[in-house]
Amino acid sequence: MLGHRKQDTLIAWLFVAPWAIGFLIFGLYPIIMSLYYSLCQYDVLRVPRFIGLQNYSQLLFEDPYFWKSLWNTLYYVVFRTPLSIFGSLLLASMLNQQLKGMPIFRTIFFIPSIISGVVLSVIWLWMFNPEYGLINSGLAFFGLPGPLWLQSASWSKPALVLMSLWTVGGGRMLVFLAALQGIPRHLYEAVELEGGGWWTKFRHVTVPLISPILFLWTVMEVIFSMQVFVEAYIMTNGGPANSTLFFNLHLYNKSFNDFQMGYASAMAWLLLVITLVVTWFQFRLSRRMVYYEGGK
Amino acid sequence: MMTLPSAPKMLRMAKRTLSYLFVSSSALLFLIPFLWMVSSSLQTEQEIATTDMRWIPETFHWENYLNVFEAMPLWTYFQNSIFVTGLFILGTLLSASLVAYAFSVLQWPGRDKVFILVLATMMLPMQVTMIPVFVLYKNIGWLNTFKPLIVPAFFGGGAFNIFLLRQFFLTIPRELFDSARIDGCNEFQIYWRIVLPLAKPALATVGIMTFLFTWNDFLGPLIYLSDKLKSTMALGIVMFVGQHKTEWALLMVASVIMMLPVILLFLFFQRYFIRGFMMSGIKG
Repeated sequence: MLGHRKQDTLIAWLFVAPWAIGFLIFGLYPIIMSLYYSLCQYDVLRVPRFIGLQNYSQLLFEDPYFWKSLWNTLYYVVFRTPLSIFGSLLLASMLNQQLKGMPIFRTIFFIPSIISGVVLSVIWLWMFNPEYGLINSGLAFFGLPGPLWLQSASWSKPALVLMSLWTVGGGRMLVFLAALQGIPRHLYEAVELEGGGWWTKFRHVTVPLISPILFLWTVMEVIFSMQVFVEAYIMTNGGPANSTLFFNLHLYNKSFNDFQMGYASAMAWLLLVITLVVTWFQFRLSRRMVYYEGGK
Repeated sequence: MMTLPSAPKMLRMAKRTLSYLFVSSSALLFLIPFLWMVSSSLQTEQEIATTDMRWIPETFHWENYLNVFEAMPLWTYFQNSIFVTGLFILGTLLSASLVAYAFSVLQWPGRDKVFILVLATMMLPMQVTMIPVFVLYKNIGWLNTFKPLIVPAFFGGGAFNIFLLRQFFLTIPRELFDSARIDGCNEFQIYWRIVLPLAKPALATVGIMTFLFTWNDFLGPLIYLSDKLKSTMALGIVMFVGQHKTEWALLMVASVIMMLPVILLFLFFQRYFIRGFMMSGIKG
């Protein structure tokens, strides 16, 4: 007969079993296989053929689209991250005023963030339509010529960044709002006594006090926007002139259009390394810029 | 006789008015794409493809909302989405709560180390696992079926959901479990009869977040489904974009229909959404 303790452990593992099996099948096994595939030539139909580091060297030295996609992604991340963090903070500060009707405004700001990427893409494809879309019609109303947006290699990325700002009122805004509400009023009153205006309050009270949260969400936003895929797949399919060929779109094309699974696996691992390096770098940088209450 | 308000009071009123003006114009900015979308969905293709745009259609073409079901098999897409989403939520709730029970109510050696492993899997980028999992499904003949979009939910239900439910289970007083054990309940009975009924708010939060993720998911259906009649709404609409890029009115109709369940659910269950999103902030 099993001991009491042993039986308890057995029962616990029965409860954990769904996760444990899932982890083996959908976690551990794919990680190992992905590493292996990245060292192989593999088109799914034939068995993988081991070729060492060739995929990696081909990516880094022979594939111009790899660098193009990396550059596009970098551009997108660099513009989107600060704008959307600032956008969320701006909306949160608006909602943090003692005014009536704030729940309604909060709802309006929030809803775009829960809409499917597919619907977002379709709406904005229509918004950005150069002839009949709302944006260029609006510009024409003021006598301004509108660009070709998604059909122009120089405007396609800014258009996608602009579109992403529609969703800044999501969970992040709620977290910022809660953080703003947690700032003690007497700190602002102290600034007022010293004769400081709203900028002094913002710069010397608000920003330092919520900087740990700002930092955390910046890190997450960078990781998240490096994953940009759905919009580019639906709205531009990487064009025009590969101006919206982002990293994940290139990876998707390589794996599910060309069935170069080995090559795409190597890309996935490079993306992981890049993400880790970027995140590590942000943590290094943050040591000087983030204020932790009580010191750290 | 009316007296003018004092100067500081007037200043305060001016400030309030300005604030309102600022917030409402921002809100309008956020509403405009929705209004434009609904407006476009109620016009004919000829009407919206003109340079003199109008917000309120001359006549409301409600028939667009019927015609779209003929232009594409939207009803089939809708049913597929409901089917996949419903089963995925069921799997997530069942398996995540089972696992969370082991990490909160039960005591066993190595528990906290295994839990750290659960949390660590959240860091795993899906690009790395996507290809081998695809090959796996291909080898067992699951491509172009709904199984890849449903079955994984039954195996753990996602690390974040396990985390969220565990946090909630930890708040349930231990005395409840102890007295149930004395009364002769086994662990599964405690889980099923005591913990799950008490955890309804947390389960609702997980269910709603899972609905949002599954209903909106595009990459999964894109990779695993190729048969048009097996598409979910997300994939079906994108297929339509590819084939009829200029039929904007119908596209707007389809988008409104896909978006409506999400918005309705949000308006009815706002607090669960907000709790879910606030919690997802903590996971980082």
